[in-house]
Amino acid sequence: MTTTETSRWTAVCAAGDILPDTGVCALVEGVHVAIFRVGHAQDLYAIDNVDPKAGASVLSRGLVGSLGERIVVASPLYKNHFDLRSGECIEAPEHSVRAHAVRVQEGRVLVALA
Amino acid sequence: MKIAVIGHGMVGHKFLEQLHELGLSQAQVTVLCEEPRPAYDRVHLSEFFAGKTAEDLSLVEPGFFERTGFSLKLAARAVAIERRNNTLTTADGEVVPYDKLVLATGSAPFVPAVPGRDRPHCFVYRTIEDLEAMKASGARSKSGVVVGGGLLGLECAKALRDMGLETHVVEFSPRLMAVQVDEGGGRALRSSIEGLGLHVHTGRNTVEITDGASARHRMVFADGTHLETDMIVFSAGIRPRDELARQCQLAVGPRGGVAIDSHCRTSDRNIYAIGECAAWNEQTFGLVAPGYDMARVAARHIAGQDDAAFTGADMSTKLKLMGVDVASIGDAHGKTPKSRAYQYVNEPKQIYKKIVVSEDGKQLLGAVLVGDATEYGTLLQMALNGIQLPADPEFLILPSSDGKAKPGLGVDALPDSAQICSCNSVTKGQICAAVGDGACSTAELKACTKAGATCGGCVPLVAQVMKAEMAKRGLAVDNHLCEHFPYSRQELYHLIRVGEIRSFEDLLAKHGKGLGCVVCKPTAASIFASCWNEFVLKKDLAGLQDSNDYFLGNIQKDGSYSVVPRMPGGEVTPEGLIAVGQVAKKYGLYTKITGGQRVDLFGARVEQLPPIWEELIAAGFESGHAYGKSLRTVKSCVGSTWCRFGVADSVGLAVELENRYKGLRAPHKIKFGVSGCTRECAEAQGKDVGIIATERGWNLYVCGNGGMKPRHAELIASDLGKEELVRLIDRFLMFYVRTADRLQRTSTWRDNLEGGLDYLKGVLINDTLGLGAELEAQMQHVVDTYQCEWKTAVNDPVTRARFRSFVNSEKPDEHIVFVQERGQIRPARVEERADADVATA
Repeated sequence: MTTTETSRWTAVCAAGDILPDTGVCALVEGVHVAIFRVGHAQDLYAIDNVDPKAGASVLSRGLVGSLGERIVVASPLYKNHFDLRSGECIEAPEHSVRAHAVRVQEGRVLVALA
Repeated sequence: MKIAVIGHGMVGHKFLEQLHELGLSQAQVTVLCEEPRPAYDRVHLSEFFAGKTAEDLSLVEPGFFERTGFSLKLAARAVAIERRNNTLTTADGEVVPYDKLVLATGSAPFVPAVPGRDRPHCFVYRTIEDLEAMKASGARSKSGVVVGGGLLGLECAKALRDMGLETHVVEFSPRLMAVQVDEGGGRALRSSIEGLGLHVHTGRNTVEITDGASARHRMVFADGTHLETDMIVFSAGIRPRDELARQCQLAVGPRGGVAIDSHCRTSDRNIYAIGECAAWNEQTFGLVAPGYDMARVAARHIAGQDDAAFTGADMSTKLKLMGVDVASIGDAHGKTPKSRAYQYVNEPKQIYKKIVVSEDGKQLLGAVLVGDATEYGTLLQMALNGIQLPADPEFLILPSSDGKAKPGLGVDALPDSAQICSCNSVTKGQICAAVGDGACSTAELKACTKAGATCGGCVPLVAQVMKAEMAKRGLAVDNHLCEHFPYSRQELYHLIRVGEIRSFEDLLAKHGKGLGCVVCKPTAASIFASCWNEFVLKKDLAGLQDSNDYFLGNIQKDGSYSVVPRMPGGEVTPEGLIAVGQVAKKYGLYTKITGGQRVDLFGARVEQLPPIWEELIAAGFESGHAYGKSLRTVKSCVGSTWCRFGVADSVGLAVELENRYKGLRAPHKIKFGVSGCTRECAEAQGKDVGIIATERGWNLYVCGNGGMKPRHAELIASDLGKEELVRLIDRFLMFYVRTADRLQRTSTWRDNLEGGLDYLKGVLINDTLGLGAELEAQMQHVVDTYQCEWKTAVNDPVTRARFRSFVNSEKPDEHIVFVQERGQIRPARVEERADADVATA
């Protein structure tokens, strides 16, 4: 995940608002961002929430997991997988989404758009 | 070339199919069918009385005649063949020319020349018209007699019993099925059949039928005794229909039948005869498999394949008569000089088994199996292929005591030419080739080779051959769920139940790797629910649920959800319906009636779901689980309460069953249907569990499906009381939950079940696995721990808080845009959405 010095961080919710191994959707500067807590360390990931294949704002409602070494979410509509680190759509790269920067500071989840 | 076919029965139609497959496109084919309907399945004729219609029994694929261009003339009887002109004449005087003529005229029932045989309410058992006449008479009769205790006669007796008549079988010879079984087998068969409430009279020669005193007819026997009955059906054997052949002076066999050579040609080289009307080597064949063989040979010979030859047929049979297995192989009576026999008799269970072996004990010559024909496939292959018998052949038929496996037939011992499926003449070699081409389930083999597609008796053997071939090719049957778990769903189910595992974390730590995925997480969630039945949105279970279960609604293409309140049995009060309507109106939802007799409300945004459900719950509704791989609906007709034809309260039962099984999570969705009479208005036979009322209780059907691959449900038990019915359904559902693959409906599960329907019946009815009590207890646990998930969800602030579009905003999702159509909303299309965006900007 790449962030730049000029990124603007937005606080969206408390870390505890995201159940382990699930996602939520946050509105960040008008952009729908899916934020997930995944895995043993409960790392945070953020990607666009809109599934380009359907044009529906649903990715935060997908199931998270792993495919090999990749951490992924499966879209709830057509089950296509998105790499949470890069936003790449594994089945159809032309439907890839952006990955955004996310971190926790003093118990708050902060997002910076890519 | 002009080809004329006389007769459109099972064999006649098989001939046409073969002709079409061979691609004789330049041929002009005319088919004359004496009956008013095209070919149907005469083998399963008695199912007409168990509720099947003439259409169900049809063998003609829709569009067959349009596609092939073959011309079928119904109710057209051929009356003469003019061999000199190569023409034939019909009863209507039409003259049909031919280059090749095929006789497939079948046979006619034999009626003994007893005075009084022509009285009203005396029938034969051959065509659907015969059956319709029997049905009409049966409705006005109390008792019925079948004359003839052979294979067909007993089938016919089942039909009379299904009509609710007091049923008698009158047989001339001293035992039932005298051709196929020996004395011991006849005895076991008789006691089984008498145990079903039928009356059997053997060694009786009917000499006269006159007016009865207490019933319509009195049958007087040679020994001076008599029997009174309201209707009589003659089923005392068949005679080949060779009258046309005799009229045009073709050679006939000494015991009747049109004489044919190995190419199925008669004494006229332009005329062929196939099926029951033909005599090969002076022998006629009253089974369908040899008839199909002849059809193949004749079609290929006409197509110019001179090597096609009929070489006789094995007359071994296996069938089920009123639930009793009867099988006969080869020299069943031990007529081979110096042959020796082994017998096993179990009178309490009404089982009789016998094998006949050669003098040196190395070859199996024949067998009789009554009451349990499990070994039929193995024994048949041993007899047909001359496979050397094990040292103690008696163990082939003795019940295996604990820990000792039966000496099976290594399928490796079979030659490639061994016929595994005799109905469709599929060899071991063909099955192995199909495996080589990638088939790796019995269902796939059925689709590409037709092995097991007709009577299904060979499916266990097909599976054995398939597995052996796969092993030989180094193909593991990889049934691993996904990359995270090296187990099948069934194995995972056992690990979870036996290990009492209740969380995915625990499951992954003990048996898996990685983080899980969209395959294993919902599977685990479903198994946890089937086993422990905890609230699906509980903290450590919520993340496992598929999106639909996670939001307790069905996600639609635009990210909105649909809402389906449960209406058990499709019953809803006016107040309830108004409440649903008010909710739909208040939230602007699109409303549609579902196929499962309830109402679906579309277009709810995620944050609207809890308030919508709160209102529905207040009006008395519960979750309909339309989002879950779980029990959906129990569809019903109004039954005896309102309907003038209904014989039982189908709605009452449907409501009760829906309330019992609601919330049960399974490998896939489950649908029920309950019909109040045999008219079947609830379409129960297209459901996973179908129940049809009879005069005497309920008939239970299982493993039906509509949808993508329609499949008729199969009858597993008849005339059940409610308690017994519920017990069987408990067992059935839990056995399915326990053993099916993920996303496998009961129909595909059943198609892949080794041992097929008999095995399933054994497990459910006779408790052959000893699982009955366990399955019932597990179901009772699910029933006892039911909760309405929506009620729990709306009352739990933590769960409820998750139902929102944004974690940091109350705004609605602007991607969900509706336009109006036919007075209701629908999702906007992409181009319409752009317009809407402009409008709101």
